[in-house]
Amino acid sequence: MMKRCFLPLALLALASGCTPAPDAMTLNGLVYCAEGSPESFNPQLVTSGTTIDAISMQLYDRLLDIDANNGNLLPALATSWQISDDGLTYVFNLRTDVQFHQTAYFSPTRPLNAADIEFTFNRILDLNHPFHQTATEYPYFDSIAWHELVKSVKAATPQQIVFQLNKPDSSFLSTLATDFSAILSAEYGALLQKNKQLPLLDSMPIGTGPFKFREYKKNVLIRYYRNARYWRQSGDLDQLVIDIVPDDTKRLAKLLTHECDVAPIPRLAELSLLAKRSDFKVDQQTSLNVGYWALNTQKAPFNNVKVRQALAYAVNKQSILQAVYFGQAEEANSLLPPNSWGYNAQGQHRNFDLAKAKQLLNEAGYPNGFTLDIWAMPVQRTYNPNALKMAELLQADLAKIGVSANIVSYEWNTFRRKLRAGEHDSVLIGWTADNADPDNFLRPLLSCAAAISGSNRTNWCDSHYDQLIADAVLTADVNKRRQLYFQAQDYVAEQVPLIPIAHSQRFQVKSINVTGMHINPYGGISFTAAGKTR
Amino acid sequence: MMLRHLARRTFLLAFVLMALTVFSFSLNYMFPGDLLSNITGLRDISNEQRQELSLAMGLDQGYLQQYIDYTRRIVAGEWGLSFSSQQPVLAEVRSVLPATIELATYALVLSLFLGIPSGIIAAVRKEKWLDHTISGFALVGYSVPVFWWALLLIMVFSLQLGWLPTSGRIGVLYEIPHTTGLMLIDIWLSDLPYKHAAFRDAIIHLTLPTLVLATYPTTVMMRFVRESMINVLEQNYIKTARAKGLNRAQVLLKHGLRNALLPVTRQIGLQFSTLITLAMLTEVVFSWPGLGQWLIDSIYQRNYTAIQAGVLVISTLVIVVNISTEVLHTFFNPLARKF
Repeated sequence: MMKRCFLPLALLALASGCTPAPDAMTLNGLVYCAEGSPESFNPQLVTSGTTIDAISMQLYDRLLDIDANNGNLLPALATSWQISDDGLTYVFNLRTDVQFHQTAYFSPTRPLNAADIEFTFNRILDLNHPFHQTATEYPYFDSIAWHELVKSVKAATPQQIVFQLNKPDSSFLSTLATDFSAILSAEYGALLQKNKQLPLLDSMPIGTGPFKFREYKKNVLIRYYRNARYWRQSGDLDQLVIDIVPDDTKRLAKLLTHECDVAPIPRLAELSLLAKRSDFKVDQQTSLNVGYWALNTQKAPFNNVKVRQALAYAVNKQSILQAVYFGQAEEANSLLPPNSWGYNAQGQHRNFDLAKAKQLLNEAGYPNGFTLDIWAMPVQRTYNPNALKMAELLQADLAKIGVSANIVSYEWNTFRRKLRAGEHDSVLIGWTADNADPDNFLRPLLSCAAAISGSNRTNWCDSHYDQLIADAVLTADVNKRRQLYFQAQDYVAEQVPLIPIAHSQRFQVKSINVTGMHINPYGGISFTAAGKTR
Repeated sequence: MMLRHLARRTFLLAFVLMALTVFSFSLNYMFPGDLLSNITGLRDISNEQRQELSLAMGLDQGYLQQYIDYTRRIVAGEWGLSFSSQQPVLAEVRSVLPATIELATYALVLSLFLGIPSGIIAAVRKEKWLDHTISGFALVGYSVPVFWWALLLIMVFSLQLGWLPTSGRIGVLYEIPHTTGLMLIDIWLSDLPYKHAAFRDAIIHLTLPTLVLATYPTTVMMRFVRESMINVLEQNYIKTARAKGLNRAQVLLKHGLRNALLPVTRQIGLQFSTLITLAMLTEVVFSWPGLGQWLIDSIYQRNYTAIQAGVLVISTLVIVVNISTEVLHTFFNPLARKF
């Protein structure tokens, strides 16, 4: 008999747990549903937008910020700066009231000073820096040839840092304002060195940003707590959770059930659905980005410029704009979007023309076409909301000129790793600007240095092109720079290492009760001022 | 008699486990890619490392010695690193397994609570409308594909009505310290200020996945208990008991149930492998961070070390449960002990 009594009792105990207890505490937190896991917690080591969105603006600050409205530079950790007349010396004065994160694994004893800036940038520059070897590469900095550009980074006084350059670079300040130039703590570095735990610098982050790291479960979530000692005005969230939901449909479902408060780029097809509901707000903004089809120029037959030109003629961009972007994007003729000051409205355009494509293929010696792989990224980004669909459209276009295409896709981390190893024939990918400088498109996407560091997915390395973009940053004269960028873009249009497809509008959907969040046309998403009304 | 039976089963268990490790070991060779990477899970192996590792893994030895080394490593818990995260695979399995066990247990318990009584009722009311209703439900539940059923429930209860969440074990804002890995127990053990709210939230998150996962085993139980009960009720000893003046309820409880439920214990063991398969599907639909989702992600990422570990853990689990329910069954039912 005892046994029979036990079960109802157990049930009762369970049920008492379910009775609505008075909410001891309503959790004041915000959930952002991201499309993938971050590769690292240090922006120096990555270029992927997924990672930058998740970590950069949340955990770190930069010396300078970019004004979201006009692209101008604003003081951040640096209060003011002077540039010498020869353009080789940059002096920054730092704020004195900035504290690093206080967490379970690190307690700072001093506020931010010039030693931290020195530590941060020398990690990339100085081969003998204790942390230089812990990372295999610094993709963004490698792509802009940081080693050739910067001679030294030294603290002049505790509140003053001096950058010495080897050559003038008119995009240098913009570089320091990108999401990649996040400032790390030298004191934390010293602690890790003492404990012989060097890799933790990039996985257990310490920064000065509005949120501090709490926990990370791969493919599940990232949890941040609010940094109560943040030096700027910030929102009133206690927690920011980044919920990792790679599946597009699930992300939309979670948004609809309010399990997510904010999600990036919804599928454009569902925008109208969300716009109709009163409990969501859809923000829209023109953004500096480009979605393109990169051809791996190191592989045959893509090393043949005629083949590349033929493929460029075979892409029906208009149908892609309709089917993939639902008209929320403009056709791309160059890497640079039309609202960039480096864009050339009179530049070379290549229209959809199958006859010309066939003719070029004939000239290249492929009258019967060939087979190629199109790698379609498995996640949606602003610049390409549905790469698989785009790949299918391309496949159909290419079939008309006798080129048969296989569509290849992997899980996002694997995809990026294989891409970096150059295993692809061609890939549908894109880029979102980190600052308003045209150099931010032209250099990381196509330069030789970037081919080595991995952000140049075409593996195209051309000395003429490199010379043009290098000359452009040597001068501070905007008109001269613009002319050089025009030349560079025309050269790219002729050589076709990649085929630009679209510049997309940027969208963000949030629950109506989320406040203080605006989409930023440059780089990552920021929750600094975010809050929630009840 | 029982001891001998136990010895036989243990021997069978050992044999099956050995076959399993042989299979798992041979996967190292059958997976594409570098052998040493497949074994260790290391991605980029330098030449010096290669030398050292080959020696450590005994790759210069014959296959037999390699296999012995391999099983020794499995037993010692050295399962290599996951290709994608470069973390020890065993630690990853440990962190995801409790979620699966939790889900599967609740579903199984629920299916027993629902399935057995309704099976009995259907048997007692054989060929009456109640029986037809229950059997009808059982047939539908038995045939409906689990992923479709899950999506249907999500559409109704989450997207239309907005009552229940679509995924996860608990709202992500709740931070529950990991002690046992079983969510409800962890919440119970914690001393968080929002303990009650968290508990409620976890239950709400559990509802749909448990319902979905319980559907199939519940219907199997219903059908099985009904059949078995009908069989028993036709036996002579039931008639005798009735003739001796026991009332219906007494007969049912004392004579019918005990005999009818005997085959059910065995059935639980047999259904366990189906349950695990369905749990994997359910986990994927509900983003339940359990072994199933982990394994399917690993397959998608071609994460060979993880696939190997997942296969090993799941098969071991299924075999152990199978054999132990059979032993239990034999223990309760002397008739099954004839060899």
